Amino acid sequence: MSAEFLYTIEVILNGLMAGVLYSLVALGFVLIFKASGIFNYAQGVMALFAALTLVGLQEGRVPFAHLINAVFGTKVHHFDWTLPAIAAIIFTILVMVLFAILVEKLILKHLVNQEPIILFMATIGLAYFMEGFGDLMWGSDVKTLNVGIPQGGSLWFEDFTIGWAAEGEKFYGMYVDLLDVWAAIIAVSLVLFLTIFSQYTKSGRALRAVADDHQAALSVGISLRVIWVLVWSISGFVALVAGMMWGAKSGVQFSLSLIALKALPVLMLGGFTSIPGAIIGGLIIGAGEKLFEFFMAPIIGGATENWFAYVLALLFLVFRPQGLFGEKIIERV
Amino acid sequence: MNFKKTIFSALATLFLVSPVLAELVFPSLSYRTGPYGPNGIPFADGYEDYFTLLNERDGGLGGEPIRVVKCETAYNTEKGVECYESTKGEGSLVYQPLSTGITYQLIPKSAADSIPILSSGYGRTSGRNGKVFKWVFNFPGTYWDAASIATKHAMDMSGGSLEGKKIALVYHNSAYGKEPIRTLEALSEKHKFELSLLPVDHPGQEQKSQWLQIRRERPDYIFMWGWGVMNSVAIQEAANIRFPMENFIGVWWSGSENDVLPAGEAAHGYKSLAMHAPGDNFPVYDDMRKYVIDKGLGAGDGSNVGTVLYSRGMYAAIMATEAAKTAQKIHGVSKITPTMMRDGLENLEMSEEKMAAIGIAGFSPTFKATCENHGGQGSAAIQQWDAKKGTWSFITEYMNSDASVIEPLILADSSQYAAENNIKERCN
Repeated sequence: MSAEFLYTIEVILNGLMAGVLYSLVALGFVLIFKASGIFNYAQGVMALFAALTLVGLQEGRVPFAHLINAVFGTKVHHFDWTLPAIAAIIFTILVMVLFAILVEKLILKHLVNQEPIILFMATIGLAYFMEGFGDLMWGSDVKTLNVGIPQGGSLWFEDFTIGWAAEGEKFYGMYVDLLDVWAAIIAVSLVLFLTIFSQYTKSGRALRAVADDHQAALSVGISLRVIWVLVWSISGFVALVAGMMWGAKSGVQFSLSLIALKALPVLMLGGFTSIPGAIIGGLIIGAGEKLFEFFMAPIIGGATENWFAYVLALLFLVFRPQGLFGEKIIERV
Repeated sequence: MNFKKTIFSALATLFLVSPVLAELVFPSLSYRTGPYGPNGIPFADGYEDYFTLLNERDGGLGGEPIRVVKCETAYNTEKGVECYESTKGEGSLVYQPLSTGITYQLIPKSAADSIPILSSGYGRTSGRNGKVFKWVFNFPGTYWDAASIATKHAMDMSGGSLEGKKIALVYHNSAYGKEPIRTLEALSEKHKFELSLLPVDHPGQEQKSQWLQIRRERPDYIFMWGWGVMNSVAIQEAANIRFPMENFIGVWWSGSENDVLPAGEAAHGYKSLAMHAPGDNFPVYDDMRKYVIDKGLGAGDGSNVGTVLYSRGMYAAIMATEAAKTAQKIHGVSKITPTMMRDGLENLEMSEEKMAAIGIAGFSPTFKATCENHGGQGSAAIQQWDAKKGTWSFITEYMNSDASVIEPLILADSSQYAAENNIKERCN
C-alpha cells in the first residue's frame, strides 16, 4: 500500500478517537437536554470542576486554602494525606452528586415552567459561578492529573503496521495514542452503561418517561425533582470522565471549560436528544475535521479544524435541523 | 441656599489647599481569569509585588509612592482596550498589556494620548524602531530576535549549518503566534533550511493533526510560539510521538513551569528561550519575601515567587521603575508625567552595576535603549528543563540575534507603518 493511503487511514483513525473525546463532552449535554429540555451551558465548566476536584482530593489539597489563609492569616495548603486515584474518583462522584442536588434545590426548583431560554440563561450564570468557585476552591494553578491511564504512541501498533507500506515508501508505522484508545474504551463502556441503565432500571425508565412527556410522567407519580437530580448527577459523572481524559492530556487548567466548544458541532450534527447521535456525531466531526486538515492545510493553511467542524454542523442544520438522530419536533398551530 | 454655598465653599477650599498627594501610577493590565489565567496570575503577581516592595522598602520611587491600578483583560483584546481607556485618565505612566493583540490595538492610541507602551518580549516587533514608533518600547528582545536566536542554537546543534534541515514552527494562530514567521522565512532562505508552518487554533487543547503531520514530515527541529494550554499539550504530544526533546525549542512565552509540569517526566530535556535567569537565587527575592510576602502584602499567596512567569512580571516592573528613575533624573522632578516616562524609557540603560544594585546581578542581558533603538540589543539565552529536579537551567550564555537579517525586516515593516500613518521619522 502507498504511504499516502496509509497516512490517510492513520488520520481517520486518530480523528475517530479525537471524536470519541468530543462525544464524551457532548454526552453530558444530551443527557440533560433529553431529560429536561435545558441546554446546559455549564457542561464544560462541570468537566473542569470535576477534574479540579479530582486532582484536589488526590493530592490532599485544602479546599479554599487561599481564602482561609487570607482571612485567618494561616498558611495551609495540603493535608498530610493523599488519596489513591480510585478513592479520589469515588469522592469526586459524590461531590458531583451533591452539586446536582444543590443545582436542583437552588436553581431548577425555582424555574419550573419557565421558558427554555430562561433556563439556558440560568446555566450561563451557573457556568460563570462554577468557574470562579472552582478557582476559589482549588486555586488557579495548572495541575498535573495522573490517574494511571497510559499515554503516548503505541509501539506495538507501530511495529504491527510498519510493514504494510510498499517497499521504498517513507512510512513509519501508524500512530495511535494509548490515552485515546482508553478514552474510546471508556466512552463505549459509558454508553453501554447508560443504555442498560435507561432500559433496564426503574430509575432509567422513569428518566425516559420524563424525557418523553413531563406531564404524563408527573401524572403517574414520577418526581420531576428526583429525576433532575439523577440526570444532573449522571451528567456530572460524564463530565468527570471527560475532564479526566482531557485533563490527562493537558493538565487541569481553566481552558478545560472550553472543551464545550468542541461538543457544540457534535450536538448540532448528532442531535440534542440522542445518545448514539452524540457518539456518531463525534466520530463524524473528529474524522471529518482531521481529514479536511490533512488534505486542505497544505493548500489553504492549517488551523481549519474548528472552522470545518462548525461548517459541517451548519450544513447538517440546513438539511436536517434536528440533527442525524434528533427528534423531529412538529408544532401545529 | 446660603448654608449650601457655605458648605460648598468650605469643601472647595479644603480641596484646593490640601497638599496634593503625588503618586506614580503604574497600571496592571492583567489576566487572572479565563483560559490564560494560569500564566497571567504569576506574571501579575510578580509585577505588582515589585511595586509593593519599592513602596515598603524605599517609600516608593524618588519619594513618590507608587499606585498600581489593576484592570482585568482576560487576555481579550477588546477588554484590554477598554482597560486602557478606563485607566489612562488616572495618570498612568506606562502600559504593559502582556498581549500582542492588545499591544497592536494600543499602539495608535498611546501615540495619540502620549502614553508609552513597554511590551517586553512581545507585541509589534518593528516597534523597536524608535524613529517611527516614538511611544513603543520592547526591550530586552523581540520575537524576531527570538526566532534568530533559536535558529542560531539549532545551527550550533547541527555543527554550524542548517542546510537541508527541516524546521517546523508550531504556533498559536493569533497575531502573537504569527509574528516570527517573517523572520523565519528570511532565515530559511539565508541558511537553506526547509520551514513548515503549523498553526494551532485557540486555545490549543486539541493538536492531533499538527503532531501527526510532524510525525510524517520528521523535522529536525521544532520551534514553538505557544501560550497557555497550547504549550503543555504540544510538549505532551511531542513526547507521545517520541520527538527528541532537546530539538524542541519554545519561545520565552513557552518556557514556564506551567508548560512542562503537566507532561511530567516526558518533558525532560525540553528547551526554551529565556530573557532572564530562572530560579530565585537573587538578593531581590530575599527582599521580596521580607518586605512583601512575609508581611502578607503579596498580590498572591507567595507560592509562585521565583517561578519563571513571576520573575518575568517582576522584571517587567523593574524595567518600568528603572525607566521612571531615569526620567526623574533627566527632568529633575520626582512626580513624572507619561511624556517624561517616555524619555526615561528611551534613555534606559540596564548595566551590570545597575542590576547588581537592584539585587539581580546577572539576571538578564545588559542593554541600552536609544532614540533609534527601542528594543535593546536583542539577546536571549537557552534554558533547558530538568524534569527530575523540576528546574530550568541555562545551557548557553546570552546570545545576540542576527542583525543582518532582522534590521532590514524591521526597517521594511516600520517604514510601511510610517507611510500608512503619515509618521515623520525622528532621531535625525
